[in-house]
Amino acid sequence: MAADATSWATKSGFGKMAILFWAILAALPLIGYVRDDPSFDYYMFMGQSMLIYGTAVLGLNLLIGFNGQISLGHSAFFAVGAYTTAILMNFAGMPYWATIPIAAVVCFGAGFLFGLPALKLEGHYLALATFTLAIAVPQLLKYKAIAGWTGGVGGLLLEKPDPPFNLPLSPDQYLYYLCLFVSMLMFWFVYNLLRGRSGRAMMAIRDHPMAAGTMGIDTALYKTVTFGISAAITGVAGALSAITIAYVAPDSFTLQLAVSFLVGLVVGGIASLPGCILGGVFIVLVQNSAQSISDWMKVSFSLRYDVPAWAIYGVLLLLLMYFLPSGLMGGLIALKERLFGAKGPDSTDDPAPQASRND
Amino acid sequence: MEFFIQQVVAGLTSGAIYACVALGLVMIFVSTDHINFAQGEMAMFATYIAWALIDAGVPYWIAFGSTILIAFVGGLLIQRFILKPLENAPVLALVVCFIALLSIFNAMAGMIWSYTIKPFPSPFPALDLTGHGLVNVRQLGVVGVTLIMLGILTVFFRYTTLGLAMRAAAQNASSARLMGVRVSWMLALGWGLAAAIGATAGMLVAPLVFLDPNMMTGILVYGFAAALVGGIANPAGAVLGGFIVGVLENLVGSYVIGNELKLTFALAMVVGVLLFKPAGLFGRVIVKRV
Repeated sequence: MAADATSWATKSGFGKMAILFWAILAALPLIGYVRDDPSFDYYMFMGQSMLIYGTAVLGLNLLIGFNGQISLGHSAFFAVGAYTTAILMNFAGMPYWATIPIAAVVCFGAGFLFGLPALKLEGHYLALATFTLAIAVPQLLKYKAIAGWTGGVGGLLLEKPDPPFNLPLSPDQYLYYLCLFVSMLMFWFVYNLLRGRSGRAMMAIRDHPMAAGTMGIDTALYKTVTFGISAAITGVAGALSAITIAYVAPDSFTLQLAVSFLVGLVVGGIASLPGCILGGVFIVLVQNSAQSISDWMKVSFSLRYDVPAWAIYGVLLLLLMYFLPSGLMGGLIALKERLFGAKGPDSTDDPAPQASRND
Repeated sequence: MEFFIQQVVAGLTSGAIYACVALGLVMIFVSTDHINFAQGEMAMFATYIAWALIDAGVPYWIAFGSTILIAFVGGLLIQRFILKPLENAPVLALVVCFIALLSIFNAMAGMIWSYTIKPFPSPFPALDLTGHGLVNVRQLGVVGVTLIMLGILTVFFRYTTLGLAMRAAAQNASSARLMGVRVSWMLALGWGLAAAIGATAGMLVAPLVFLDPNMMTGILVYGFAAALVGGIANPAGAVLGGFIVGVLENLVGSYVIGNELKLTFALAMVVGVLLFKPAGLFGRVIVKRV
């Protein structure tokens, strides 16, 4: 069980394919110089959002996919990251780039602290506690006593950064590169983390906590630290979103955000690194095309009602759980194996991990 | 002092509603060992059905009864068609499935009945009983319905063969199966009952908070807190837990933290109970066999 997950991480992490993939992502903004498209900046903004959601899903995946702890409350850490950046930029006058590492540290702390009680909770109960967290966060952000810092219901308006050193980039192109750089850093970090001893320990805890403890792994420490790192990565994504959108408000960090991370995770593939990016792309595509999907469904199924994004998310989650529990990445790999034959003995294993067992 | 009593009575009223939601959660937990995140949205959807019936001219109590029946059948069907294929799936798959149901019900209610809030009638008049505005008939009605429901459930589980079969199926599925209990159907029955209880809770809540697709989100969190305080496998405990949570919420809200942090208080309660007394006040500590 552990072997396939490790091979998954290593095989599809930063091999030749991955370098090619990131190179393509880095080349995308250059299209803007060739094609004179007035809405190009908007595509760049979509690209930023995809990378941001991909990074947030990466954080969640580290926790759920590789450590077996279920969180429905990662919107909270996304919010902490976003607000850390917003407050530091607004009140401390810090440059945007300097706030990102601070957001990571703050979120690591928040995640570590929430991970302490989470230690005692497993499966459903952890899901329950984090679900409650996701629901409580918007209300907490609106609280009057801290409204001086958080801006209350209205949120905080930020300044959108300009490209430095007079680079010949539009602001959105520059922000795309910023997101690309930061998310690549995060993926590289997680990839290295998973490849080593700590990663194996995390996965051992997921697969059999008791056996892992018997082997001398400090399960409590690993679980809390994983919670912290996972929160930190999602928090960095939150910081990036505050910078790119140049605005934070309590009502953007609702349960729906946490659910969309979960959707991204399940769509991309549980315990798959490239799957995170696929998940991020998917979330943004659904959000942006919800209206047209709704219109299309209205016409083709002669529905009388609008179909909101929530419905699409929900139906999709169900279908994936039945037909493709290992997500798009799992599906792609299975397809490749069917077409070209399996490569090694471990690549035929089921890549979907068991989050925890029902015994 | 009068303000204090007023707050306690108001707390008992909302506590009765939390108790209803908690009862639904307990029902599913007892029969299937799962925590149903869609419980609140299922209740909300059923309440919309009731609203549509009343809006179409059906008398209140007939609409009330038929909504409970519809919810029961709906819950049964959800278990049969959506959850049965996942009976042996890992926890994550189930949580994802519940979240999916939550999204679908929320979206469907918004799609069909729009997101504008609607008033929902109460069968009980807001008639003042004491003359000081302390206790009115509506509050007593809500508490009464909850207690009646608890009574019916207790009788059902303790004195009927079907109730016994359900308990057996939940506690030891394989032995129950050997005794001729159709375990899978018992799970479905548990879902049906939970949905029916949820529908009742929804119809009790709606007159107090107005009907809208998101009306149950916060209440569900309190339902969780209530179920956990009482011990998630204990129906009577859940009802008592509901009252405790309701009163505490009101007192803490009006004396300590103000109304804006009520959900945070619920979060603190959930985490606190899970940490310090995971079995709840009235639950049994379950020892895991390795």
